[in-house]
Amino acid sequence: MKKKGLSKVDLIFETIDAKVVLEKAFSMTSEEIIQQILESSLKGRGGAGFPTGLKWKYTAAEKDPEKYVICNADEGEPGTFKDREILDRASYKVYGGMAIAGRAMGAKKGYIYLRGEYRFLLPQLYLELHKFHKMIAEIGYDFSIEYRMGSGAYICGEESALFESIEGRRGEPRNKPPYPTSSGLFNKPTSINNVETLVTAMMIIAKGAQEYVKLGTKDSRGSKVFSVSGDTPVPGIFELELGMTVQEFVTEFGDGDTKAVQVGGASGFCVPRKKFADTIIGFEGVPTGGSMKLFNSSRSMYNVLHNYLEFFSEESCGQCTPCRVGCQQLLKGIEMVKKGEAKSTYLYELVKLADTMKVASKCGLGQSVGNAFKSIVENFREEVIY
Amino acid sequence: MYNTGNMVKELAEKHGRKRESLMPILQDIVKKHNYLTDDAMVAVASELDISAAEVYGTASFYTFLDTEERGKNVIRVCKTITCSMKGKNDIIETLEDMLKIKVGETTPDKLFTLLETNCIGWCHKAPAMLINDMPYTDLTSEAVIDIIKGYMH
Amino acid sequence: MITLKINDHEVKVEEGTTILTAAKNLGINIPTLCNHADLCVAGNCRVCVVEQKGARTLVASCATPVSEGMDIQTNSLKVRNARKHIVELLLSEHRADCTKCYKNQKCELQTLANEYSFGEHIFLDLVGNHEYTVDRSSPSFIKDDSKCIRCQRCVRTCSQLQHVSAIAVANKGSHMKISSFHDRPMSHVVCTNCGQCVNRCPTGALTEKTYIDQVWDAIYDPDKHVVVQTAPAVRVGLGEDLGYDPGERVTGKMVTALRQLGFDSVLDTDFTADLTIIEEGTELLTRLKKVLLEGDKNTALPMFTSCSPGWIKFIEHKYPQMLPNLSTCKSPQQMFGALAKTFFAQKRNIDPAKVVSVSIMPCTAKKYEADRPEMRSSGYKDIDFVLTTRELAVMIKQAGIDFRSLEESPYDSIMGTSTGAAVIFGATGGVMEAALRTAYELVTGKPVPFKNLNITPVRGMEGVKEATIKIEGTIEEWRFLEGAELKVAIAHGLVNANKLARAVSTGKATYHFIEIMACPGGCLGGGGQPIPTNAAIRQKRMEAIYAEDMHMDIRKSHENPEIVAIYNEFLEKPNGHKSHELLHTHYVSREAY
Repeated sequence: MKKKGLSKVDLIFETIDAKVVLEKAFSMTSEEIIQQILESSLKGRGGAGFPTGLKWKYTAAEKDPEKYVICNADEGEPGTFKDREILDRASYKVYGGMAIAGRAMGAKKGYIYLRGEYRFLLPQLYLELHKFHKMIAEIGYDFSIEYRMGSGAYICGEESALFESIEGRRGEPRNKPPYPTSSGLFNKPTSINNVETLVTAMMIIAKGAQEYVKLGTKDSRGSKVFSVSGDTPVPGIFELELGMTVQEFVTEFGDGDTKAVQVGGASGFCVPRKKFADTIIGFEGVPTGGSMKLFNSSRSMYNVLHNYLEFFSEESCGQCTPCRVGCQQLLKGIEMVKKGEAKSTYLYELVKLADTMKVASKCGLGQSVGNAFKSIVENFREEVIY
Repeated sequence: MYNTGNMVKELAEKHGRKRESLMPILQDIVKKHNYLTDDAMVAVASELDISAAEVYGTASFYTFLDTEERGKNVIRVCKTITCSMKGKNDIIETLEDMLKIKVGETTPDKLFTLLETNCIGWCHKAPAMLINDMPYTDLTSEAVIDIIKGYMH
Repeated sequence: MITLKINDHEVKVEEGTTILTAAKNLGINIPTLCNHADLCVAGNCRVCVVEQKGARTLVASCATPVSEGMDIQTNSLKVRNARKHIVELLLSEHRADCTKCYKNQKCELQTLANEYSFGEHIFLDLVGNHEYTVDRSSPSFIKDDSKCIRCQRCVRTCSQLQHVSAIAVANKGSHMKISSFHDRPMSHVVCTNCGQCVNRCPTGALTEKTYIDQVWDAIYDPDKHVVVQTAPAVRVGLGEDLGYDPGERVTGKMVTALRQLGFDSVLDTDFTADLTIIEEGTELLTRLKKVLLEGDKNTALPMFTSCSPGWIKFIEHKYPQMLPNLSTCKSPQQMFGALAKTFFAQKRNIDPAKVVSVSIMPCTAKKYEADRPEMRSSGYKDIDFVLTTRELAVMIKQAGIDFRSLEESPYDSIMGTSTGAAVIFGATGGVMEAALRTAYELVTGKPVPFKNLNITPVRGMEGVKEATIKIEGTIEEWRFLEGAELKVAIAHGLVNANKLARAVSTGKATYHFIEIMACPGGCLGGGGQPIPTNAAIRQKRMEAIYAEDMHMDIRKSHENPEIVAIYNEFLEKPNGHKSHELLHTHYVSREAY
């Protein structure tokens, strides 16, 4: 496979004339918009990577006249902060993306679910929203957006938990099926997209899918905003073309002593140095919602894992057995092994437990706890035990 | 403790009395008073015609909808991995020394509550904390002391 | 119809059927915990996960509808491994002191542990990591969080069936738990003590507070005269805990068993059910007279029945403004209690201080009712101990009685004779039907105009029922009712009670008389009845109740000869001075949380 190397892109933050793009979008039919998004191969930028075009297509196909577009701005994955930056610098494009999504699927109403930790952004976001509503009215199109706030619950980034939260309940994920595209917010057809996805969609409409697919690889088209943190001399937000290897990434962002990169946050995968060169950042390798955390040799991977497991033990909604109890067992389990109160072979039992959590948990949270657990335990077994 | 008075009724007028109004109402109360008293939750339950246990159950799900008494300024220091790696413990120590309270406690003058919280999205500028809604980043012990002094008046 | 394969067998089922049900149709049992026939699907315990060919994860069979061509394995290695892990995880959070547990051998988690988790436990014990509390504040039940598996059956019961939500899910993650409002004791929240949650809890987290030992102590105390009364619904439920199929009537055997247990007098709540009809019927007619004839503005209509202590506590918390609408009549249990230590003791020449009054109830709220401070009209605690149907079954087993082989025997007299009108108190609509049988005849001198006295419009399992009875051919005293249409309504399950109460409180409904039972199906579906209870079982018990009615010689309360006698000898007249002293009560307004 041809390696793409690392190249910086300026798509998400590029200044555009939103009105021109929206007028273009509103002159297109629903099918034309969805076709463009499908052709772009855009996959959700929140982390799960579901094809955006399909999501829109399914929602558009629903007969119910009442539908919703939701922007998921409950960015809570440890190590991810790009949505805050996008909202801070380019919220008009988020609104524009939502309006285009609304046009594509026939929804007149959008909600942005913003995590409580970002409440300080609201005054500015409302100013921009006011301008957006004015512009939409000028164009003569019917679409409005409201903000709904989170209040400190990581799980509300899970789409059905987010609906529950907007509906005024505990953010406990729902059973699926039914999927949001047929029964989402208020049990109406709903398309829920990440902040960056919506902006990217708007840029695809602006520039055309043909232009967009020039970026990235077959499985991971386009570019993506990365949140870079940890042991790096240049922490921050970087928009990069997809397709690079972890090695290329580390060469650019590492401090010369990088021993591991956690790709995709606490729910993502830990890539050790020996796998840097062979691991592509993207859907063909390790997918990510943008969180890239670098660890140098001064860090204990036990501490990293312990921190993640504490996080999940607290942030699991607690309703389903594998996740609620599994997280506690993994956490207590590594503590006992570390203290020598459980045999190191107990880690094998815990790895099996992580597998059960992956297949038996109700939602993506419990299903992904095992990613970090297994990749750290398997690659840094010595550090975890001793 | 604060007096609930007409606040809940007014918020119900503003946000409506459907179940989906619950979060905005609770959030507005917390914005004003930093936590939910039992009286406030009972009043919300009555306005929305749901049970008080459901209001409590919902509020207690969300870390920021505190149901225990909190001070005027709630400090939430991020404890997730990057902040932890970049000196969170020093920040906590500085705050504990300065405010003479431990994590989870409120100063006797009810001016500050010190808490830890999960990732607040400032990993590139770790360590970070929130005081009420406001984020503070790239913290050092010296910076923290200055920041807190600013809230003492 | 949808065709799918389960364990390589093809099955056709209706669209919308879950995998769990489809498997059941094939005779394949998939274990469940959070699932309950009366409740909405939760899908949170994950015990019922199965393997679906082509799916990334296992799927919860209780929550996943079938789809065309689905290929399911319910017992593959992957499924068994996951299921074993899940059971072990639940056990690791669960204080498994099974031999000390009230639910020992009746625990659904224990059953699963028996199938999936024998030998050494895989995982670490987390019980010590949790600050579990045991709440014994209610006289009706114990809430032991260390036994809780967070399946939320109780929470769904309290919300969906009862519209109470005294308990809800609180906190998240490892701290998630089932909590009252801000962890207040259950005795200090809106809980009605109905015990529907107790009936549905799969483990020992919610159990009735048992008084079996106290009752044994009384029985073996030679100084005490222990009187026992049995509620109408007990006789159609008890059999289920003693190996009978739902719907078996075991009245005669139960009476024999009670005698063998050593109760000194085996009497019947049905007697005071008949008495309730006289008192409550008179109260209704008096209210009608005051309102319709005299235009009295201070008399409240409609009148609500007051037999169900769960309903009483519900209205005290939620609709205190409607307390004047409640009949002042005590429940049959408490009428019985007041008379046992007065009338009965006098007649039998026993020192009332030595009478111990025990009642067997399908109900946990009755334990609370007996503890109410108002319930001491005899000068003593009118009812000393309340046992549920389940507790009676336990006593019968403890005594080594071979229930099936027992001869049938009749209740003792006095306070043991009853009518068919009394036994139907056990089913929703029964109090209404019994009241109408008597009130109509009192007013017109003729039996109610329904074939075989069966007032079918008030029967059945519909949540809210309504009926209108036209009164014709009144006797002189009740002439003002001539041609009047008596409008009645019936609700069972507090979620339905709430609908009626709200309609009345907002003036949207105009009824004269409303029967409310807190539990689905009425007392036959009470919180103290055998586990499991569900719609199919409630139906069977209801059929048994009406069969028992048809089987009685006398089917109208006012024709009960003991009732006639007690007015002649003791009470003088319905709603008279003595009645008010012993048989009527008052209510209190309570907090809304």
